[in-house]
Amino acid sequence: MLETVWEMMAYPFLVRAVVVGIMVSLCAALLGVSLVLKRYSMIGDGLSHVGFAALAIATAMNAAPLKISIPVVLLSAFLLLRLSENSKIKGDAAIALISSGSLAVGVMVVSISTGMTVDVCNYMFGSILAMSKDDVRLSIVLSVVVLVLYVLFYSRIFAVTFDETFAKATGTKSGMYNMLIALLTAVTIVLGMRLMGALLISSLIVFPSLTSMRVFKSYISVVISSALLSVIFFFIGIVISYIYSTPAGASIVSVNIIGFLIFSAIGLMKRRIRT
Amino acid sequence: MALIDCRDVSLSYENTIVISGLSFSVNTGDYLCIVGENGSGKSTLIKALLSLKTAVKGSIAVGDGLKKNEIGYIPQQTSAQKDFPASVREVVISGCLNSRGFRPFYTKTERATASENMEKLKIREFKNQSYRELSGGQQQRVLLARALCATKKLLLLDEPVAGLDPIVTNDLYNIIKQINDEGTTIIMVSHDINSAVKYASHILHLQNKPLFFGTKADYIYSAAGKRFLGGDVDA
Repeated sequence: MLETVWEMMAYPFLVRAVVVGIMVSLCAALLGVSLVLKRYSMIGDGLSHVGFAALAIATAMNAAPLKISIPVVLLSAFLLLRLSENSKIKGDAAIALISSGSLAVGVMVVSISTGMTVDVCNYMFGSILAMSKDDVRLSIVLSVVVLVLYVLFYSRIFAVTFDETFAKATGTKSGMYNMLIALLTAVTIVLGMRLMGALLISSLIVFPSLTSMRVFKSYISVVISSALLSVIFFFIGIVISYIYSTPAGASIVSVNIIGFLIFSAIGLMKRRIRT
Repeated sequence: MALIDCRDVSLSYENTIVISGLSFSVNTGDYLCIVGENGSGKSTLIKALLSLKTAVKGSIAVGDGLKKNEIGYIPQQTSAQKDFPASVREVVISGCLNSRGFRPFYTKTERATASENMEKLKIREFKNQSYRELSGGQQQRVLLARALCATKKLLLLDEPVAGLDPIVTNDLYNIIKQINDEGTTIIMVSHDINSAVKYASHILHLQNKPLFFGTKADYIYSAAGKRFLGGDVDA
């Protein structure tokens, strides 16, 4: 096992993928706890589809992919929240609308510009070859920003997640923190989607926090556990993908599924023992 | 000046006026019960008092040095909270947020306040337990403790005893009364008219327009009170 890991580290593209992957898993897991508890799990899915469209357009225009897709996805995160708060189209429907709509736009752009090639498959299901040196640098900077903001606003994010009305009534600007969560999620999604694939990135948000909630009871323990689990599962997944030459994104999600089943079993057993 | 002073207030819910011509005032130390049937505008009034909603007409003024963020609110439970992983301590201390400004972490004083309020509501023994594993009555006490962390001046409770059994309900009423006796003003929305009459000092009876506002003693002999109480009170 350890030898395999050393062997992997000899490939610069793998090192880049691992670095970006760990940062993204960490951010996604932290934000995921809030998103799952606020019943916003699908927001990741919606945003990743927007990201797909943005990537397709960036490629067609020969522009740097991250520099185009980050602002576009940020903007749609903003719109998504506004849409679900204010209008007659409610949250889940708004997300379904935006995600299938932008997927269609992305596919149209790709087929007109380059045709349905390997590229499209890579966008959809991810590729560990996707990371350039610039991407790694940008990913690290943005991930650190996400982490720092999360730690600074941790207790406010908790308050807004647990009880938005109370938070609002006692003077916390809950709208602002909802927006913060959505924007941080948008950044995380864009960073992770080329590695994990547009169709699979939302699993990084949903799985670790749901897995942790099977076993842990307090918010802080759920947050810490999902951050750790997310990174560990990512790493195991990428090693598996190297050994068996399976796609990285799918391997990581598979590891997450197994982890979820194990934790569910532990949770059930704990409950049995107590009663 | 009164703590809260409503003058000729009209409120709407989804573009329909649900309350009109409402005037009442709450003084420090009062225990006001807002009663009325479903859809009579009770919850809308609560939202307006919390400044989550603005009045269509009239004014709601706060006085006596009360700030808008010094209203402790105990909401009706949402379904999202029922499976929320959070320890009792985490929930209670989150009430301290409003006094915190921009500091990112809790101070010693805030921890002490949280622990004091947990002691007072006898939930300290559960402090590391998960909120979702507590009984309904215990959960309400946790929310009360959180509200007390936010303020000692005014508590606003929205149907706090909904879904609780009679013994726990009684306990909770006694705790609320005790908090009121220590000087905290209470405004409570309730379906339970008999308990309202038993504990409250003032009654506001709503039915889209105020049917009655005044002290408990007056209410029992008023037309609205007689009809609603059905004549069988022992106050």
